[in-house]
Amino acid sequence: MNFQEIKKKLKNKTVGIAGCGGLGSNAAVALARVGVGRLIIADFDKIEESNLNRQYFFSDQIGSYKSSALKENIGRIDTSIQVDSHITKLMPEELIRLFAKTDVVVEAFDKAEMKEMIVETMLTGLPSTPLVCGVGLAGWGGNELITVEQYDNLYIVGDHASETSEEDPPIAPRVGIVANMMANVVLEILLGKNK
Amino acid sequence: MKITLNHRADILETSKEKLTINELLKLKKFSFTRLVVKINGTLIRREDYDSASLKENDNVEIIHMISGG
Repeated sequence: MNFQEIKKKLKNKTVGIAGCGGLGSNAAVALARVGVGRLIIADFDKIEESNLNRQYFFSDQIGSYKSSALKENIGRIDTSIQVDSHITKLMPEELIRLFAKTDVVVEAFDKAEMKEMIVETMLTGLPSTPLVCGVGLAGWGGNELITVEQYDNLYIVGDHASETSEEDPPIAPRVGIVANMMANVVLEILLGKNK
Repeated sequence: MKITLNHRADILETSKEKLTINELLKLKKFSFTRLVVKINGTLIRREDYDSASLKENDNVEIIHMISGG
């Protein structure tokens, strides 16, 4: 498939992105660059200086809402991508309503309890929509530890073990690897296996 | 007890015929507090970890949810 054919196939697809931090902002940009036609993005938070070590924002966007700034940044890449941005802390009811008509959902929350919530919500409320989660991305190195595990419609990408902390922070390379691997899984779901 | 745990064959050191999720977590020393648990494809919610049980040949998935994103 050449790139125009890829773009044409992706134009009619919709991907939901839950959280616009390190995973969500980088995955959304990758999906926008290849031409996923519609992105539904949600985050309640504002950009802080400390986010710029990994998140797809710029220093003049500090203080802006992440979902609004991400929409703006995607618009600077490709004006034809439809971005529905929501400033909200997603809870089960709204999550199901926002993502009911998506082809795939990307889980890009920070907190483990929110990750657990979205998996439970999707498995029960939208069981036929594939969900791609990022789990384990702290620190640096360890490229060989990052894998994709599939459980039916649920895909878990990451090292499956490292928890972020003061001493093991999330920083650009490894967060970016996991985010882009998640976007790559999304493409595999939308386009079918390439290899 | 022979089960499939996260796609891999696993033998649990127990004489019981059934184990609850909490017993399994203790046996396997799984320590992360946020989990997604499925037995034979069915989601088991946290409030059922003491009542839902698994038996020989069940397909069990225990997925750790870890902070970071």
